[in-house]
Amino acid sequence: MVQSLGFLKESASQTAGPYVHIGLTPNFASIGGVYETDLGATMVNDKTLGRRITISGRVLDGTGTPLRDALIEIWQADASGLYNSPSELRGSADPNFAGWGRCPTHGETGEYRFETIKPGRAPFRDGRLMAPHISFWIVARGINLGLNTRMYFGDEETANAEDPVLARIEHRIRVPTLIAAANGDTYRFDIHLQGEKETVFFDI
Amino acid sequence: MTDLSNSKPETGAFFPRDRLWHPPGLTPGYKTSVLRSPQKALLSLDGTVSEITGPVFGHSILGELDNDLIHNFAKSGESAIGERLVVHGRVLDERGRPVPGALLEFWQANAGGRYRHKKETYLAPLDPNFGGCGRTITDANGHYAFRTVKPGPYPWPNGVNDWRPAHIHFSVFGHGFAQRLITQMYFEGDPMIWKCPIVQTIPDKAAIEQLVAALDWGNTIPMDARAYKFDIVLRGRRSTLFENRMEGN
Repeated sequence: MVQSLGFLKESASQTAGPYVHIGLTPNFASIGGVYETDLGATMVNDKTLGRRITISGRVLDGTGTPLRDALIEIWQADASGLYNSPSELRGSADPNFAGWGRCPTHGETGEYRFETIKPGRAPFRDGRLMAPHISFWIVARGINLGLNTRMYFGDEETANAEDPVLARIEHRIRVPTLIAAANGDTYRFDIHLQGEKETVFFDI
Repeated sequence: MTDLSNSKPETGAFFPRDRLWHPPGLTPGYKTSVLRSPQKALLSLDGTVSEITGPVFGHSILGELDNDLIHNFAKSGESAIGERLVVHGRVLDERGRPVPGALLEFWQANAGGRYRHKKETYLAPLDPNFGGCGRTITDANGHYAFRTVKPGPYPWPNGVNDWRPAHIHFSVFGHGFAQRLITQMYFEGDPMIWKCPIVQTIPDKAAIEQLVAALDWGNTIPMDARAYKFDIVLRGRRSTLFENRMEGN
């Protein structure tokens, strides 16, 4: 016999289900009067530093049909590459930018949309800079454990080419699944759950 | 932030997720998962600053009735119909440490098993005094509590005759974005737990049992509400003693 490590097990995940909006975006679900606003619906204010951008897209199933009942959360650094979190030890992030957003996909079109700012670069574990990126977390009916991925920027070719995380992707043909198409200040990022264009998802 | 000012922020990467303990993505008994589960291997990534950090929610976001589903949608002087409950417990990490400042959001069907949602088609009636959502933030000891009514079981289109056991959905934020978790709480003694295709997506019986809240007689309020205790465990994180420096090696 040996000593027990004494660790607990993480609570097992269960699907967010079809009614996730009741809990996480009740105003979107027409349950008014409980919360003033839905958390994460607004990411920037007049004082937020950085370049305003729009990110939109869809989450597509194995038949190419957009999910109309999904919910996406994003988490990102501020314009100077700092996260607004106690675990951020490199400095103080922009107090006018929480860096977190939440958006349900549209009930008819399946579109999601975030109005945010372009993040700065943050370091990888070994100190090399990562390319600007935004962390995505996707939940929905039929997804048993929330899916983690990252969005990179199509107009950051040089930074993307030296990004240590993108460099880890063995099948280079899959790298573009993480890179949003740039059109001025608007970025298009579709997430494919399955198929030839299946998005690279992370075990983080 | 101010609530956590006495605890030093931790910056270690999170323990790897035990993906044999969680449900796999593809679980054909839960039909919707078939076309919504990634088929390629996940890319493993030890946490960078993007994963070990996470948003902080202050108590200022909370309204007075946010943790009281019996009253937070009810007309003045009225209350939701159903078996009155207090649901409480702690949010811990895998090291057994409390997770203070964790935002919990919960949602559920009403006492008849009906959700207040436009896509809901079950014939059970809506309760005009029940919205079905609530939220709270854990205290310095990781403790949380809220009041609600016991949700009813309900049928759902999957197999010909599948029913969900009574359950409450929980969404949990820890201290890092990689700890983000959604799960469901079930009720002690409910025989329907073991018939449910969504419960059965979890391969390990012990992992299912960890999601079953115990009737807590000690905290039951006489002539008012029974208590159920439900602890939630988030991923632990490594000590930073021997971690690489995060920048400028």
